[in-house]
Amino acid sequence: MSQPLLDVRDVTLQYKTSERLVTATNRVSFQIRTGDRFVLLGPSGCGKSTLLKAVGGYIAPVAGEIRLAGVPIRKPGPDRVMVFQEFDQLLPWKTVKENVKFALTASRTLGDKEAEERALHYIAKVGLAKFADSHPHTLSGGMKQRVAIARGMAMEPQILLMDEPFAALDALTRQQMQDELLRLWDDTHFTVLFVTHSIPEAVKLGNRILLLSAHPGRVRDLIESDGSDRVDDSGQLLSERIHRQLFDNPTEREEAFHVA
Amino acid sequence: MSLDTGYPAGALLQPKLSAAPTPAPAADPAPVLAERPLGLAETLYNIPTLRKTLILVLLAAAWQLYASRLNNPLLFPTFGATLEALFDGIESGALLTRASFTLKILLTGYGGGIVLATLLTGIAIGSRLGNDLLETLTAMFNPLPAIALLPLALLWFGLGNGSLIFVLVHSVLWPVALSTHAGFKSVSTTLRMVGRNYGLSGPRYVTQILIPAAFPSILSGLKNGWAFAWRTLIAAELVFGVSSGSGGLGWFIYENKNQLEIPSVFAGLLTVILIGLAVENLIFRTIETRTVRRWGMHV
Repeated sequence: MSQPLLDVRDVTLQYKTSERLVTATNRVSFQIRTGDRFVLLGPSGCGKSTLLKAVGGYIAPVAGEIRLAGVPIRKPGPDRVMVFQEFDQLLPWKTVKENVKFALTASRTLGDKEAEERALHYIAKVGLAKFADSHPHTLSGGMKQRVAIARGMAMEPQILLMDEPFAALDALTRQQMQDELLRLWDDTHFTVLFVTHSIPEAVKLGNRILLLSAHPGRVRDLIESDGSDRVDDSGQLLSERIHRQLFDNPTEREEAFHVA
Repeated sequence: MSLDTGYPAGALLQPKLSAAPTPAPAADPAPVLAERPLGLAETLYNIPTLRKTLILVLLAAAWQLYASRLNNPLLFPTFGATLEALFDGIESGALLTRASFTLKILLTGYGGGIVLATLLTGIAIGSRLGNDLLETLTAMFNPLPAIALLPLALLWFGLGNGSLIFVLVHSVLWPVALSTHAGFKSVSTTLRMVGRNYGLSGPRYVTQILIPAAFPSILSGLKNGWAFAWRTLIAAELVFGVSSGSGGLGWFIYENKNQLEIPSVFAGLLTVILIGLAVENLIFRTIETRTVRRWGMHV
Protein backbone atom coordinates (compact mmCIF):
# COMPACT_ATOMS: atom_id res chain seq x y z
CA MET A 1 0.00 0.00 0.00
CA SER A 2 1.19 3.49 -0.72
CA GLN A 3 2.27 5.86 2.01
CA PRO A 4 -0.65 7.23 4.10
CA LEU A 5 -1.30 10.99 3.97
CA LEU A 6 -1.26 11.34 7.75
CA ASP A 7 0.63 8.84 9.85
CA VAL A 8 0.11 8.99 13.60
CA ARG A 9 2.37 6.48 15.29
CA ASP A 10 2.41 5.57 18.99
CA VAL A 11 1.58 9.10 20.01
CA THR A 12 1.45 9.94 23.69
CA LEU A 13 0.26 13.44 24.54
CA GLN A 14 0.42 15.20 27.86
CA TYR A 15 -0.61 18.62 29.02
CA LYS A 16 -0.28 20.48 32.29
CA THR A 17 -3.07 22.11 34.22
CA SER A 18 -2.22 24.30 37.19
CA GLU A 19 -2.44 21.26 39.47
CA ARG A 20 -1.48 18.16 37.53
CA LEU A 21 0.10 16.63 34.50
CA VAL A 22 -2.59 14.96 32.41
CA THR A 23 -1.88 12.18 29.94
CA ALA A 24 -4.42 12.83 27.22
CA THR A 25 -3.59 9.94 24.89
CA ASN A 26 -1.44 6.89 25.35
CA ARG A 27 0.36 5.35 22.35
CA VAL A 28 -2.33 6.12 19.79
CA SER A 29 -1.72 5.11 16.17
CA PHE A 30 -3.80 5.56 13.05
CA GLN A 31 -3.34 6.30 9.37
CA ILE A 32 -5.40 8.56 7.15
CA ARG A 33 -5.54 8.14 3.38
CA THR A 34 -6.12 10.94 0.90
CA GLY A 35 -9.85 11.56 0.52
CA ASP A 36 -10.74 10.01 3.88
CA ARG A 37 -13.44 11.38 6.09
CA PHE A 38 -11.74 10.19 9.23
CA VAL A 39 -13.58 10.62 12.52
CA LEU A 40 -12.11 10.58 16.01
CA LEU A 41 -14.96 9.51 18.29
CA GLY A 42 -14.98 9.11 22.02
CA PRO A 43 -16.35 10.40 25.33
CA SER A 44 -14.98 13.58 26.86
CA GLY A 45 -11.54 12.98 28.27
CA CYS A 46 -10.45 10.60 25.53
CA GLY A 47 -7.98 13.14 24.20
CA LYS A 48 -9.55 13.50 20.76
CA SER A 49 -9.30 17.31 20.72
CA THR A 50 -5.75 17.18 22.07
CA LEU A 51 -4.91 14.71 19.33
CA LEU A 52 -6.33 17.07 16.73
CA LYS A 53 -4.27 19.95 18.16
CA ALA A 54 -1.18 17.77 17.95
CA VAL A 55 -1.90 17.11 14.27
CA GLY A 56 -2.41 20.85 13.93
CA GLY A 57 1.09 21.32 15.35
CA TYR A 58 0.05 23.18 18.49
CA ILE A 59 1.17 20.43 20.89
CA ALA A 60 4.26 18.28 20.52
CA PRO A 61 3.93 14.58 21.43
CA VAL A 62 6.01 13.38 24.38
CA ALA A 63 6.41 10.06 22.59
CA GLY A 64 5.70 8.87 19.08
CA GLU A 65 5.54 10.84 15.87
CA ILE A 66 3.06 12.45 13.54
CA ARG A 67 3.95 12.68 9.86
CA LEU A 68 2.08 14.46 7.11
CA ALA A 69 3.01 13.06 3.70
CA GLY A 70 6.16 11.66 5.25
CA VAL A 71 7.26 14.92 6.88
CA PRO A 72 7.19 15.16 10.70
CA ILE A 73 4.85 17.85 12.05
CA ARG A 74 6.63 20.43 14.18
CA LYS A 75 4.50 23.56 14.19
CA PRO A 76 1.16 24.92 12.92
CA GLY A 77 1.03 25.52 9.22
CA PRO A 78 -1.39 26.30 6.40
CA ASP A 79 -1.15 22.75 5.01
CA ARG A 80 -3.39 21.66 7.92
CA VAL A 81 -6.25 24.08 8.44
CA MET A 82 -8.26 23.95 11.65
CA VAL A 83 -11.99 24.61 11.86
CA PHE A 84 -12.99 25.21 15.47
CA GLN A 85 -16.18 24.86 17.41
CA GLU A 86 -16.05 28.44 18.66
CA PHE A 87 -17.76 31.13 16.61
CA ASP A 88 -14.99 33.61 17.42
CA GLN A 89 -12.61 31.83 15.06
CA LEU A 90 -13.59 34.46 12.48
CA LEU A 91 -11.81 37.78 12.76
CA PRO A 92 -14.63 40.13 13.77
CA TRP A 93 -12.95 43.16 12.18
CA LYS A 94 -12.98 41.59 8.73
CA THR A 95 -15.93 40.90 6.46
CA VAL A 96 -16.76 37.38 5.30
CA LYS A 97 -14.75 37.86 2.13
CA GLU A 98 -11.82 39.46 3.96
CA ASN A 99 -11.77 36.59 6.44
CA VAL A 100 -11.32 34.03 3.69
CA LYS A 101 -8.91 36.27 1.81
CA PHE A 102 -6.90 36.89 4.97
CA ALA A 103 -6.14 33.18 5.31
CA LEU A 104 -4.84 33.05 1.75
CA THR A 105 -2.74 36.19 1.89
CA ALA A 106 -1.43 35.86 5.46
CA SER A 107 -0.15 32.38 4.67
CA ARG A 108 1.30 33.75 1.40
CA THR A 109 -0.61 31.07 -0.50
CA LEU A 110 -1.90 33.50 -3.12
CA GLY A 111 -1.48 37.09 -4.19
CA ASP A 112 -4.17 39.66 -3.52
CA LYS A 113 -6.10 39.25 -6.75
CA GLU A 114 -6.12 35.47 -6.95
CA ALA A 115 -6.98 35.34 -3.24
CA GLU A 116 -10.03 37.48 -3.86
CA GLU A 117 -11.22 35.25 -6.69
CA ARG A 118 -10.71 32.06 -4.77
CA ALA A 119 -12.35 33.52 -1.65
CA LEU A 120 -15.47 34.45 -3.61
CA HIS A 121 -15.51 31.02 -5.24
CA TYR A 122 -15.56 29.17 -1.92
CA ILE A 123 -17.95 31.62 -0.28
CA ALA A 124 -20.37 30.90 -3.12
CA LYS A 125 -19.80 27.17 -2.58
CA VAL A 126 -21.10 27.39 0.98
CA GLY A 127 -24.01 29.54 -0.21
CA LEU A 128 -22.99 32.84 1.33
CA ALA A 129 -22.31 34.88 -1.81
CA LYS A 130 -24.87 37.45 -0.71
CA PHE A 131 -23.10 37.94 2.61
CA ALA A 132 -19.55 38.37 1.30
CA ASP A 133 -19.41 41.95 2.54
CA SER A 134 -21.08 41.37 5.92
CA HIS A 135 -19.21 41.38 9.20
CA PRO A 136 -19.34 38.13 11.18
CA HIS A 137 -21.39 39.57 14.07
CA THR A 138 -24.32 40.06 11.71
CA LEU A 139 -24.42 36.35 10.80
CA SER A 140 -26.09 33.41 12.55
CA GLY A 141 -24.05 30.66 14.19
CA GLY A 142 -24.52 28.27 11.29
CA MET A 143 -23.47 30.92 8.80
CA LYS A 144 -20.33 31.68 10.81
CA GLN A 145 -19.37 28.02 10.76
CA ARG A 146 -19.97 27.98 7.01
CA VAL A 147 -17.56 30.88 6.61
CA ALA A 148 -14.99 29.01 8.69
CA ILE A 149 -15.43 25.95 6.48
CA ALA A 150 -15.14 28.08 3.34
CA ARG A 151 -11.97 29.61 4.74
CA GLY A 152 -10.54 26.18 5.47
CA MET A 153 -11.48 24.81 2.05
CA ALA A 154 -10.17 27.87 0.24
CA MET A 155 -6.74 27.10 1.61
CA GLU A 156 -7.01 23.75 -0.20
CA PRO A 157 -4.97 22.18 2.57
CA GLN A 158 -3.64 18.64 2.53
CA ILE A 159 -5.99 17.90 5.38
CA LEU A 160 -8.86 19.79 7.00
CA LEU A 161 -8.99 19.45 10.78
CA MET A 162 -12.44 19.93 12.29
CA ASP A 163 -12.85 20.16 16.06
CA GLU A 164 -16.56 19.54 16.78
CA PRO A 165 -17.48 22.36 14.40
CA PHE A 166 -21.23 21.81 14.72
CA ALA A 167 -21.43 21.17 18.47
CA ALA A 168 -22.49 24.70 19.34
CA LEU A 169 -25.34 24.77 16.79
CA ASP A 170 -29.02 23.93 17.32
CA ALA A 171 -30.14 20.45 16.23
CA LEU A 172 -31.77 21.56 13.00
CA THR A 173 -28.86 23.67 11.83
CA ARG A 174 -26.43 20.93 12.83
CA GLN A 175 -28.19 18.46 10.53
CA GLN A 176 -28.19 20.93 7.66
CA MET A 177 -24.49 21.56 8.15
CA GLN A 178 -23.71 17.84 8.20
CA ASP A 179 -25.58 17.36 4.91
CA GLU A 180 -23.79 20.34 3.46
CA LEU A 181 -20.39 19.08 4.51
CA LEU A 182 -21.10 15.76 2.77
CA ARG A 183 -22.26 17.61 -0.34
CA LEU A 184 -19.06 19.66 -0.34
CA TRP A 185 -17.03 16.50 0.09
CA ASP A 186 -18.81 14.87 -2.87
CA ASP A 187 -17.77 17.92 -4.82
CA THR A 188 -14.06 18.11 -4.06
CA HIS A 189 -13.11 14.96 -2.08
CA PHE A 190 -10.95 16.84 0.39
CA THR A 191 -9.34 14.88 3.22
CA VAL A 192 -10.85 15.67 6.59
CA LEU A 193 -10.09 14.68 10.15
CA PHE A 194 -13.24 15.27 12.18
CA VAL A 195 -13.52 15.19 15.97
CA THR A 196 -16.89 14.56 17.61
CA HIS A 197 -18.44 13.01 20.69
CA SER A 198 -21.74 12.28 18.92
CA ILE A 199 -22.14 8.72 17.62
CA PRO A 200 -24.83 9.60 15.03
CA GLU A 201 -22.66 12.41 13.69
CA ALA A 202 -19.67 10.09 13.41
CA VAL A 203 -21.70 7.41 11.60
CA LYS A 204 -23.22 9.94 9.23
CA LEU A 205 -20.06 11.86 8.34
CA GLY A 206 -17.18 9.42 8.54
CA ASN A 207 -16.05 6.72 6.18
CA ARG A 208 -13.67 5.51 8.87
CA ILE A 209 -14.24 5.99 12.58
CA LEU A 210 -11.57 5.63 15.24
CA LEU A 211 -13.05 4.79 18.63
CA LEU A 212 -11.14 6.11 21.62
CA SER A 213 -11.60 5.25 25.28
CA ALA A 214 -11.02 7.80 28.00
CA HIS A 215 -8.49 8.49 30.78
CA PRO A 216 -6.09 8.22 29.07
CA GLY A 217 -7.19 8.06 25.45
CA ARG A 218 -6.47 4.72 23.82
CA VAL A 219 -7.60 3.23 20.54
CA ARG A 220 -10.57 0.84 20.96
CA ASP A 221 -11.35 0.05 17.36
CA LEU A 222 -11.33 1.32 13.80
CA ILE A 223 -14.68 1.02 12.06
CA GLU A 224 -15.73 1.56 8.46
CA SER A 225 -19.01 3.34 7.80
CA ASP A 226 -20.97 4.04 4.65
CA GLY A 227 -23.00 6.71 6.40
CA SER A 228 -26.28 4.78 6.47
CA ASP A 229 -26.15 3.22 9.98
CA ARG A 230 -27.33 -0.22 8.75
CA VAL A 231 -27.79 -3.48 10.63
CA ASP A 232 -24.64 -5.57 10.18
CA ASP A 233 -23.87 -9.32 10.37
CA SER A 234 -24.03 -9.32 14.16
CA GLY A 235 -27.62 -8.12 13.97
CA GLN A 236 -27.21 -4.65 15.43
CA LEU A 237 -27.11 -1.13 14.08
CA LEU A 238 -23.66 0.32 13.58
CA SER A 239 -24.38 3.10 16.05
CA GLU A 240 -25.49 0.54 18.64
CA ARG A 241 -22.35 -1.48 18.13
CA ILE A 242 -20.19 1.63 18.55
CA HIS A 243 -22.14 2.60 21.60
CA ARG A 244 -21.63 -0.81 23.20
CA GLN A 245 -17.93 -0.73 22.41
CA LEU A 246 -17.40 2.72 23.82
CA PHE A 247 -19.42 2.32 26.96
CA ASP A 248 -19.31 -1.20 28.33
CA ASN A 249 -19.26 0.47 31.70
CA PRO A 250 -22.95 0.97 32.70
CA THR A 251 -22.60 4.33 34.51
CA GLU A 252 -20.97 5.88 31.51
CA ARG A 253 -23.73 4.51 29.32
CA GLU A 254 -26.29 6.64 31.15
CA GLU A 255 -24.69 9.91 30.18
CA ALA A 256 -23.97 8.78 26.67
CA PHE A 257 -27.14 8.80 24.58
CA HIS A 258 -27.12 12.49 24.27
CA VAL A 259 -26.80 14.91 21.40
CA ALA A 260 -28.12 13.34 18.25
CA MET B 1 -63.10 39.23 47.44
CA SER B 2 -65.84 36.98 48.72
CA LEU B 3 -67.27 34.04 46.87
CA ASP B 4 -70.50 33.82 48.75
CA THR B 5 -72.43 31.82 46.21
CA GLY B 6 -72.94 28.53 47.99
CA TYR B 7 -70.78 26.80 45.42
CA PRO B 8 -67.28 25.55 46.11
CA ALA B 9 -64.88 27.83 44.30
CA GLY B 10 -63.83 25.21 41.76
CA ALA B 11 -67.37 24.28 40.91
CA LEU B 12 -68.20 27.86 40.23
CA LEU B 13 -65.25 28.46 37.99
CA GLN B 14 -65.53 25.29 35.99
CA PRO B 15 -68.89 25.83 34.23
CA LYS B 16 -68.12 29.49 33.72
CA LEU B 17 -64.99 28.66 31.84
CA SER B 18 -66.56 26.08 29.58
CA ALA B 19 -69.62 28.19 28.95
CA ALA B 20 -67.64 31.26 27.98
CA PRO B 21 -68.97 32.38 24.60
CA THR B 22 -66.42 32.32 21.83
CA PRO B 23 -65.91 35.86 20.58
CA ALA B 24 -67.39 36.43 17.18
CA PRO B 25 -64.56 37.07 14.74
CA ALA B 26 -64.64 39.73 12.06
CA ALA B 27 -67.60 41.41 13.72
CA ASP B 28 -65.51 44.35 14.81
CA PRO B 29 -66.99 47.37 13.06
CA ALA B 30 -63.98 49.64 13.62
CA PRO B 31 -60.83 47.74 12.60
CA VAL B 32 -57.75 48.49 14.70
CA LEU B 33 -55.03 50.36 12.85
CA ALA B 34 -51.97 48.15 12.37
CA GLU B 35 -49.71 51.14 12.49
CA ARG B 36 -49.83 54.88 12.33
CA PRO B 37 -47.11 57.48 12.03
CA LEU B 38 -46.11 59.20 15.28
CA GLY B 39 -47.24 62.78 15.78
CA LEU B 40 -44.80 65.65 15.31
CA ALA B 41 -44.31 66.22 19.04
CA GLU B 42 -43.60 62.54 19.64
CA THR B 43 -41.14 62.37 16.75
CA LEU B 44 -39.23 65.40 18.01
CA TYR B 45 -39.22 64.09 21.56
CA ASN B 46 -37.58 60.89 20.31
CA ILE B 47 -34.46 62.74 19.15
CA PRO B 48 -31.92 62.60 22.01
CA THR B 49 -29.94 65.61 20.77
CA LEU B 50 -33.08 67.69 20.78
CA ARG B 51 -33.95 66.62 24.33
CA LYS B 52 -30.44 67.46 25.50
CA THR B 53 -30.49 70.82 23.73
CA LEU B 54 -33.71 71.59 25.55
CA ILE B 55 -32.01 70.84 28.87
CA LEU B 56 -29.08 73.10 27.95
CA VAL B 57 -31.43 75.93 27.02
CA LEU B 58 -33.28 75.56 30.32
CA LEU B 59 -30.00 75.56 32.27
CA ALA B 60 -28.78 78.64 30.45
CA ALA B 61 -32.08 80.39 31.15
CA ALA B 62 -31.86 79.48 34.84
CA TRP B 63 -28.28 80.75 34.95
CA GLN B 64 -29.23 84.00 33.28
CA LEU B 65 -32.22 84.51 35.57
CA TYR B 66 -30.33 83.75 38.78
CA ALA B 67 -27.28 85.84 37.87
CA SER B 68 -29.29 88.89 36.89
CA ARG B 69 -31.27 88.70 40.12
CA LEU B 70 -28.05 88.27 42.11
CA ASN B 71 -26.62 91.24 40.27
CA ASN B 72 -23.02 90.64 41.36
CA PRO B 73 -20.87 90.29 38.23
CA LEU B 74 -17.74 89.86 40.35
CA LEU B 75 -19.00 86.63 41.89
CA PHE B 76 -21.35 85.27 39.27
CA PRO B 77 -21.65 86.91 35.84
CA THR B 78 -24.71 86.34 33.69
CA PHE B 79 -24.82 83.83 30.87
CA GLY B 80 -24.97 86.73 28.42
CA ALA B 81 -21.84 88.37 29.85
CA THR B 82 -20.00 85.03 29.72
CA LEU B 83 -20.95 84.53 26.09
CA GLU B 84 -19.85 88.05 25.34
CA ALA B 85 -16.47 87.43 27.00
CA LEU B 86 -16.18 84.18 25.06
CA PHE B 87 -16.79 85.90 21.73
CA ASP B 88 -14.47 88.74 22.67
CA GLY B 89 -11.79 86.25 23.56
CA ILE B 90 -12.23 84.44 20.27
CA GLU B 91 -12.37 87.68 18.30
CA SER B 92 -9.24 89.16 19.87
CA GLY B 93 -7.51 85.84 19.36
CA ALA B 94 -6.43 85.62 23.00
CA LEU B 95 -8.55 82.58 23.80
CA LEU B 96 -7.59 80.78 20.61
CA THR B 97 -3.86 81.30 21.12
CA ARG B 98 -4.15 80.03 24.66
CA ALA B 99 -6.19 77.02 23.56
CA SER B 100 -3.78 76.16 20.79
CA PHE B 101 -0.86 76.51 23.22
CA THR B 102 -2.55 74.05 25.57
CA LEU B 103 -3.42 71.64 22.78
CA LYS B 104 0.13 71.66 21.44
CA ILE B 105 1.57 70.69 24.81
CA LEU B 106 -1.21 68.17 25.24
CA LEU B 107 -0.53 66.45 21.93
CA THR B 108 3.20 66.28 22.66
CA GLY B 109 2.59 64.70 26.05
CA TYR B 110 -0.16 62.42 24.73
CA GLY B 111 2.02 61.24 21.87
CA GLY B 112 4.97 60.64 24.17
CA GLY B 113 2.81 58.70 26.59
CA ILE B 114 1.46 56.50 23.82
CA VAL B 115 4.92 55.77 22.43
CA LEU B 116 6.16 54.76 25.87
CA ALA B 117 3.04 52.70 26.53
CA THR B 118 3.57 50.88 23.22
CA LEU B 119 7.18 50.11 24.12
CA LEU B 120 6.26 48.92 27.57
CA THR B 121 3.44 46.63 26.40
CA GLY B 122 5.73 45.39 23.64
CA ILE B 123 8.23 44.28 26.28
CA ALA B 124 5.39 42.89 28.38
CA ILE B 125 4.00 40.58 25.70
CA GLY B 126 7.49 39.57 24.70
CA SER B 127 8.56 38.02 27.98
CA ARG B 128 7.27 36.91 31.34
CA LEU B 129 9.59 39.25 33.22
CA GLY B 130 8.46 42.16 31.05
CA ASN B 131 4.90 41.22 31.87
CA ASP B 132 5.69 41.35 35.59
CA LEU B 133 7.49 44.65 35.12
CA LEU B 134 4.46 46.24 33.45
CA GLU B 135 2.08 44.85 36.04
CA THR B 136 4.19 46.11 38.95
CA LEU B 137 4.74 49.54 37.42
CA THR B 138 1.09 50.10 36.50
CA ALA B 139 -0.03 48.88 39.91
CA MET B 140 2.30 51.43 41.49
CA PHE B 141 1.82 54.45 39.28
CA ASN B 142 -1.77 54.16 38.08
CA PRO B 143 -3.25 55.19 41.45
CA LEU B 144 -0.86 58.15 41.72
CA PRO B 145 -2.50 61.30 40.34
CA ALA B 146 -0.10 62.76 37.79
CA ILE B 147 -0.52 66.26 39.20
CA ALA B 148 1.11 65.09 42.44
CA LEU B 149 4.36 64.80 40.51
CA LEU B 150 4.30 68.44 39.47
CA PRO B 151 6.46 69.74 42.37
CA LEU B 152 9.12 67.15 41.55
CA ALA B 153 8.82 67.90 37.85
CA LEU B 154 9.37 71.60 38.54
CA LEU B 155 12.48 70.74 40.48
CA TRP B 156 13.85 68.51 37.71
CA PHE B 157 12.77 70.35 34.58
CA GLY B 158 12.21 73.90 35.81
CA LEU B 159 9.35 76.28 35.12
CA GLY B 160 8.59 75.34 31.56
CA ASN B 161 6.96 73.03 29.09
CA GLY B 162 9.28 70.22 30.08
CA SER B 163 7.57 69.89 33.44
CA LEU B 164 4.11 69.95 31.87
CA ILE B 165 5.05 67.28 29.36
CA PHE B 166 6.58 65.09 32.06
CA VAL B 167 3.38 65.20 34.08
CA LEU B 168 1.27 64.59 30.95
CA VAL B 169 3.29 61.57 29.86
CA HIS B 170 2.81 60.15 33.31
CA SER B 171 -0.95 60.71 33.15
CA VAL B 172 -1.27 58.98 29.75
CA LEU B 173 1.28 56.19 29.98
CA TRP B 174 -0.23 54.08 32.75
CA PRO B 175 -3.89 53.95 31.79
CA VAL B 176 -3.00 53.30 28.14
CA ALA B 177 -0.43 50.62 28.98
CA LEU B 178 -2.80 49.01 31.43
CA SER B 179 -5.75 48.64 29.09
CA THR B 180 -3.64 47.75 26.05
CA HIS B 181 -1.98 45.00 28.02
CA ALA B 182 -5.33 43.77 29.37
CA GLY B 183 -6.66 43.80 25.78
CA PHE B 184 -3.77 41.68 24.51
CA LYS B 185 -4.16 39.22 27.33
CA SER B 186 -7.86 38.74 26.67
CA VAL B 187 -7.47 37.83 23.00
CA SER B 188 -9.16 34.42 22.73
CA THR B 189 -7.12 31.23 22.38
CA THR B 190 -9.10 30.37 19.25
CA LEU B 191 -8.10 33.60 17.51
CA ARG B 192 -4.48 33.08 18.51
CA MET B 193 -4.55 29.56 17.10
CA VAL B 194 -6.17 30.81 13.89
CA GLY B 195 -3.38 33.35 13.47
CA ARG B 196 -0.67 30.75 13.94
CA ASN B 197 -2.50 28.31 11.68
CA TYR B 198 -2.04 30.67 8.76
CA GLY B 199 1.64 31.03 9.51
CA LEU B 200 1.60 34.39 11.29
CA SER B 201 4.33 35.03 13.85
CA GLY B 202 6.32 37.92 15.28
CA PRO B 203 5.36 41.44 14.18
CA ARG B 204 2.86 40.18 11.57
CA TYR B 205 1.05 38.22 14.27
CA VAL B 206 0.96 41.29 16.52
CA THR B 207 -0.28 43.68 13.85
CA GLN B 208 -2.73 41.33 12.12
CA ILE B 209 -4.18 39.47 15.10
CA LEU B 210 -3.32 40.91 18.50
CA ILE B 211 -3.78 44.63 17.87
CA PRO B 212 -7.12 44.44 16.02
CA ALA B 213 -8.45 41.84 18.46
CA ALA B 214 -7.45 44.02 21.40
CA PHE B 215 -8.59 47.24 19.71
CA PRO B 216 -11.70 47.80 21.85
CA SER B 217 -9.51 47.82 24.97
CA ILE B 218 -6.82 49.90 23.28
CA LEU B 219 -9.38 52.49 22.21
CA SER B 220 -10.89 52.75 25.65
CA GLY B 221 -7.36 53.14 27.04
CA LEU B 222 -6.70 55.98 24.60
CA LYS B 223 -9.97 57.61 25.63
CA ASN B 224 -9.13 57.35 29.31
CA GLY B 225 -5.62 58.59 28.66
CA TRP B 226 -7.01 61.59 26.84
CA ALA B 227 -9.43 62.39 29.67
CA PHE B 228 -6.68 62.13 32.28
CA ALA B 229 -4.29 64.22 30.21
CA TRP B 230 -6.80 66.99 29.59
CA ARG B 231 -7.73 67.34 33.26
CA THR B 232 -4.11 67.09 34.39
CA LEU B 233 -2.91 69.72 31.97
CA ILE B 234 -5.52 72.30 32.90
CA ALA B 235 -4.78 71.70 36.57
CA ALA B 236 -1.03 71.97 36.03
CA GLU B 237 -1.45 75.21 34.10
CA LEU B 238 -3.45 76.66 36.95
CA VAL B 239 -0.51 76.07 39.29
CA PHE B 240 1.92 77.61 36.90
CA GLY B 241 1.71 78.12 33.22
CA VAL B 242 3.66 81.15 32.35
CA SER B 243 6.75 80.43 30.44
CA SER B 244 8.35 83.08 28.32
CA GLY B 245 5.25 85.25 28.33
CA SER B 246 2.80 82.71 26.94
CA GLY B 247 0.49 80.35 28.72
CA GLY B 248 -2.34 77.95 28.18
CA LEU B 249 -6.04 77.86 28.98
CA GLY B 250 -5.47 77.11 32.65
CA TRP B 251 -3.28 80.13 32.94
CA PHE B 252 -5.87 82.23 31.08
CA ILE B 253 -8.39 81.32 33.76
CA TYR B 254 -5.99 82.03 36.60
CA GLU B 255 -4.82 85.32 35.14
CA ASN B 256 -8.35 86.62 34.55
CA LYS B 257 -9.34 85.73 38.08
CA ASN B 258 -6.44 87.84 39.35
CA GLN B 259 -7.60 90.74 37.20
CA LEU B 260 -11.18 90.19 38.39
CA GLU B 261 -12.35 89.58 34.81
CA ILE B 262 -14.83 87.00 36.05
CA PRO B 263 -16.83 86.68 32.79
CA SER B 264 -13.55 85.74 31.11
CA VAL B 265 -12.91 83.12 33.80
CA PHE B 266 -16.27 81.61 32.93
CA ALA B 267 -15.48 81.88 29.24
CA GLY B 268 -12.22 80.03 29.86
CA LEU B 269 -14.02 77.26 31.73
CA LEU B 270 -16.57 77.03 28.94
CA THR B 271 -13.77 76.64 26.42
CA VAL B 272 -12.25 73.80 28.46
CA ILE B 273 -15.61 72.04 28.44
CA LEU B 274 -16.18 72.65 24.73
CA ILE B 275 -12.79 71.30 23.67
CA GLY B 276 -13.18 68.25 25.91
CA LEU B 277 -16.62 67.56 24.47
CA ALA B 278 -15.46 68.06 20.91
CA VAL B 279 -12.59 65.58 21.22
CA GLU B 280 -14.74 62.99 22.94
CA ASN B 281 -17.78 63.30 20.68
CA LEU B 282 -16.20 64.10 17.35
CA ILE B 283 -12.88 62.29 17.32
CA PHE B 284 -13.32 59.30 19.61
CA ARG B 285 -16.99 58.73 18.76
CA THR B 286 -16.15 58.70 15.05
CA ILE B 287 -13.33 56.21 15.52
CA GLU B 288 -15.65 54.07 17.61
CA THR B 289 -18.49 53.94 15.08
CA ARG B 290 -16.10 53.23 12.23
CA THR B 291 -14.30 50.39 14.00
CA VAL B 292 -15.50 48.73 17.17
CA ARG B 293 -19.21 49.28 16.54
CA ARG B 294 -19.03 48.24 12.91
CA TRP B 295 -17.25 45.05 13.93
CA GLY B 296 -19.73 44.28 16.69
CA MET B 297 -16.91 44.30 19.23
CA HIS B 298 -18.10 47.04 21.59
CA VAL B 299 -18.53 45.95 25.17
